[in-house]
Amino acid sequence: MDLRYSDSDEAFRKELRAWLADAVPAHGPAPSERADWEARCAYDTSWQRKLHDAGYAGINWPKQYGGRDASLTEQLVYYEETARAHAPYVGVNFVGLLHGGPTIVAEGTPEQKERHIGPILRGEQIWCQGFSEPSAGSDLASLKTRAVREGDHYVVSGHKIWTSFAQVADYCELLVRTNPEEKHRGITWLAMPMDLDGIEIRPLPTLLGSGEFSEVFLENVRVPVEYRVGKENDGWRVTNVTLSFERGTAFASDMVQLQESLRMLTALAKRITRDDASAWDDRALRREVGHAAAEADALWAMVKYTVSEAERTGVPGMAGSCVKLYYSELKQRIGELSMRVLGRAALVREDVAGLPSQEIVHQALQSLSLTIAAGSSQIQRNIISERILGLPKEPR
Amino acid sequence: MDFQLSEDQEALRAGIRSFCDGRMPVDSLRERDKTGFERALWGELAEMGVFSLRQPEDQGGIGLGSADAVIVFAELGRRLVPGPLLWTHLATGLVEGAGSGEAVVGGVEVPRRASDPILVEHFDQLDALLVVREDGIDLVAPGTLSARPVATPLDPFTPLHHVAALPEGDRIGDAAAAARLRLEGAALAAGQLLGIAEMSQELATEYAKKREQFGRPIGGFQAIKHILADCYTRQEIARAAVYAGGATLDDPGVGDVARAVTTAKLVAGEAAMKNARACIQVHGGMGYTWEIPAHYYLKRTWVLENVFGDVAEHAERMAEIVAAA
Repeated sequence: MDLRYSDSDEAFRKELRAWLADAVPAHGPAPSERADWEARCAYDTSWQRKLHDAGYAGINWPKQYGGRDASLTEQLVYYEETARAHAPYVGVNFVGLLHGGPTIVAEGTPEQKERHIGPILRGEQIWCQGFSEPSAGSDLASLKTRAVREGDHYVVSGHKIWTSFAQVADYCELLVRTNPEEKHRGITWLAMPMDLDGIEIRPLPTLLGSGEFSEVFLENVRVPVEYRVGKENDGWRVTNVTLSFERGTAFASDMVQLQESLRMLTALAKRITRDDASAWDDRALRREVGHAAAEADALWAMVKYTVSEAERTGVPGMAGSCVKLYYSELKQRIGELSMRVLGRAALVREDVAGLPSQEIVHQALQSLSLTIAAGSSQIQRNIISERILGLPKEPR
Repeated sequence: MDFQLSEDQEALRAGIRSFCDGRMPVDSLRERDKTGFERALWGELAEMGVFSLRQPEDQGGIGLGSADAVIVFAELGRRLVPGPLLWTHLATGLVEGAGSGEAVVGGVEVPRRASDPILVEHFDQLDALLVVREDGIDLVAPGTLSARPVATPLDPFTPLHHVAALPEGDRIGDAAAAARLRLEGAALAAGQLLGIAEMSQELATEYAKKREQFGRPIGGFQAIKHILADCYTRQEIARAAVYAGGATLDDPGVGDVARAVTTAKLVAGEAAMKNARACIQVHGGMGYTWEIPAHYYLKRTWVLENVFGDVAEHAERMAEIVAAA
């Protein structure tokens, strides 16, 4: 058991830290208007380009396609340092970098890797996710969007929902039904170009009021067969590759941010006065903050533990579900605690009376998605109890 | 970085586990709760190196670190091994004969709150008593204390004596040594609490697979499955924290020692408390009886929760650390 990073990891840390110290301030703050898609896209993708050009894109992706081919441990160092430097978030590159891209790295043909991986890493290709449907959320495998093979094309019709970044995406990782007789074994994974005819996007405002969510209506969209990843009807397995990536590492950078949220909360509590004392003088509050901080540290230790496990075995372990479950609930608790410290200032979604309401309220509201997206907390508990503890399975 | 057990650590864990499984199976707890402490068992534990684990080899110890020690203490926690394990382990190097098992050493922290009773565990068995104060560690001969046995200790395996006042004793460690002992004690107690959290979950899961109601195993109901999934998650988060606490004690270069140990004690304490309660709940009516071992796990958790800082104390300590960072 050795928690010490290797000399080469530390050398990487030093080099990255030095680069970030210049690059982050130079890139400036994120566009303040969250609905300004053009500005957001430009901000996120140009940052990705800078990462790429400096050699920091796709830390554990193959070198051949522009990645760094580094260890998972170096990836952890990357998350620690980018969080420390307040580097821009992946933003619109989320699905490409953390979902679609890793799936293609694992399952794609050489042509598909050529087509997608480099452009994703350079910030030139934005992806969205077309998994969920109005009647296929937690029961994802019941999806109905139909794809019928006609020559060299799949003709796709259906309705996808809760699709982030659809309006700016170049590709959609799309799950379609190719065999209506089978459930899990009748699904196929397509990398659908978003400029094809027959795709209609309707915005679906989130509870934040933000517009990254959409419904996507597909009507006889002709997707060339060469855009299929994996075999026909093997999409469920391909999807689970994606999901294991999602639960394994996609949240790592957010977890580092937990400590940052707690520091922000501590600073805020020292400034807020109640009955002539600061909120930080309230012992009950200090205990809650300290408690959450210990849990955040423990969670980060668990991430290290699972990364070491993955490095030994070569696959992300089942414990990703535990990490996701614990993280999402802890983040919500910190969000609620922060809003309670703000008191009435939390009723305003912009900074008010010199208090950082905008960021705190935004984070607290946004955290509500965490226990729902990427497998709700209830689904994670099913996974843990069935696949790890061996308890009887739910109906499939 | 390789934050997994090494081969040696796996072997260490397996060795202690098979000893505990053979010597103290869970279903023997019920028969053993009248006998409690066994001197013969103490000798065997000493022989396995439980007390001298972290002593340098040239001083007759095994020369392992705190990371190894927390693994061992997690196993001792799993089987609720009785006796002043923590204190005798911590006394090795300070008190002659502790490491070899010839001297059974207990200990007590001077209460921070004046209203707290001074309770000494396993008093009748003790050859020596450590008194840990803010400014140092004192060695006290148990015979010099006026101690009254407690008729109704919460944990049947942890007999208590109520002591009216603590005598001065001989100063055997300074303030720094006392601070170090408290840190190591918290890390090892966290190890035991991890073991309790694990075992409580395993007992509950096992029962949920066997017990049938409404024509099927209760472990098939989400209401039960989700309790157990939470137990497992808490246990694994605690494991990472406890291992990190041990590893940081061994190599302060990897993090803030006080912060890592505080995290371990808090998270493991909470995991043990919640899992032990869940274990009783999942056992239903039987969980409320003396027959099922679940209650022993909850009762021992209370003993370990109240040594080297409880959840509230560590939460406040963590808040200070975060505020200063």
